[in-house]
Amino acid sequence: MIISIASGKGGTGKTTISTNLAFSLAQKGHKIQLLDCDVEEPNAHIFIKPKVELKETTSFVVPQIDEEKCTYCGECVRVCAYNALFVAKDKVMFFPQLCHSCGGCAYFCPEKAIFETNREIGEIEAGSGYSIEFAYGKLNIGEVMSPPLIKRLKKRIDEDKVVIIDAPPGTSCPVIEVVKGSDFCLLVTEPTPFGLNDLKLAVEMLKVLKIPFAVLINRWNEEYFEIDSYCDKENISIVMRIPLERKIAELYSEGVLFSKELLEWQDAFCKLFDSIEGLWK
Amino acid sequence: MKIAISSMGNDLSSQVDPRFGRCQEFIIFDSETLEFEAIPNEAINAAGGAGIKAAQLVVDKGSKVVITGNIGPNAFNVLAGAGINVFAGATGTIQNAIDAYKAGKLQEVNQATNGPGAISTVPTYR
Ligand code: SF4
Ligand code: SF4
Repeated sequence: MIISIASGKGGTGKTTISTNLAFSLAQKGHKIQLLDCDVEEPNAHIFIKPKVELKETTSFVVPQIDEEKCTYCGECVRVCAYNALFVAKDKVMFFPQLCHSCGGCAYFCPEKAIFETNREIGEIEAGSGYSIEFAYGKLNIGEVMSPPLIKRLKKRIDEDKVVIIDAPPGTSCPVIEVVKGSDFCLLVTEPTPFGLNDLKLAVEMLKVLKIPFAVLINRWNEEYFEIDSYCDKENISIVMRIPLERKIAELYSEGVLFSKELLEWQDAFCKLFDSIEGLWK
Repeated sequence: MKIAISSMGNDLSSQVDPRFGRCQEFIIFDSETLEFEAIPNEAINAAGGAGIKAAQLVVDKGSKVVITGNIGPNAFNVLAGAGINVFAGATGTIQNAIDAYKAGKLQEVNQATNGPGAISTVPTYR
């Protein structure tokens, strides 16, 4: 089973949830794989402290232009749907950050002046910690093309295990790349108007993707009811509430899994998993 | 010499569009014949790289000068690379902008005047 942990906005505690869920299930003997696909800001490894067994760089095929052969005809520019190329009378300019590596320009260049080279976009590290099989991707600084790295990371999915995926925040292209193919998505939100607003966006996204989901309210308090009313109205289950507790925040800031210290939470996370399984079936 | 001006409409009384990559139209004005042509900006809805595409459009039209409000880094780099002089900060009507250019009142820029441009745009999901 593949469960992705997502949230419409950053800073809601996705990583806290995915790491503690993975840890608690692993403690109870489940075979767990945790993938941190928040490649722009991976931080699950801080909590899992894996022993890294494998490192690999991910690269991306990009065109390179042989100026000797190029006649500046502009065909490549017309072919490129991503505006990654520009041609003037005596030069072609290429913008690697816009390139989607489709190969179209090389295919259509009448002079065969375009060949393909590799551009490194990030790195994947894999290993294990707390009996969790763990891997994460890290996008190079300044790099925006995360989907190829995410795809690469998702190739590691081992369906014989319970796979927990930490998705990037938001509802844009990289998030969709991460959550598609999941059996279930847990949406982490916080009880604020911003939290609610971004939750709604995430719900819309999951409806389009037809992935079953439920909501977890982090830093929960009794004063803000709007999330409850919204979920009631939309018939969305709220499967867990984690109160705003000083101890939890402290452990987080020390890079410690809170369910490792506050043992009652291990059962709570196992129950959470049961309810997810229940909703999924 | 041809001058491309980012415009909100299709004649000389239209307002200058402050955006380059995502302006509505380009007015291509010929300073010798005083004739002009309006071309819709095909880049306006591009998911990413609008500045580059718009720059390609004006370069293909043979423009040697670009007049606009603001210009992003990608567009500036390709225009500079193609040997085009870029003047930013134009306001008012297209006619005002042409007059200001002729009177030497517009500032020629040697770097982008706004934002990280297309590079920060996350491509839309296919
Ligand atoms: S299509 Fe080939 S020959 Fe034409 S401009 Fe592009 S690289 Fe040069
Ligand atoms: S590979 Fe595709 S996206 Fe990249 S420059 Fe060529 S045509 Fe454009």
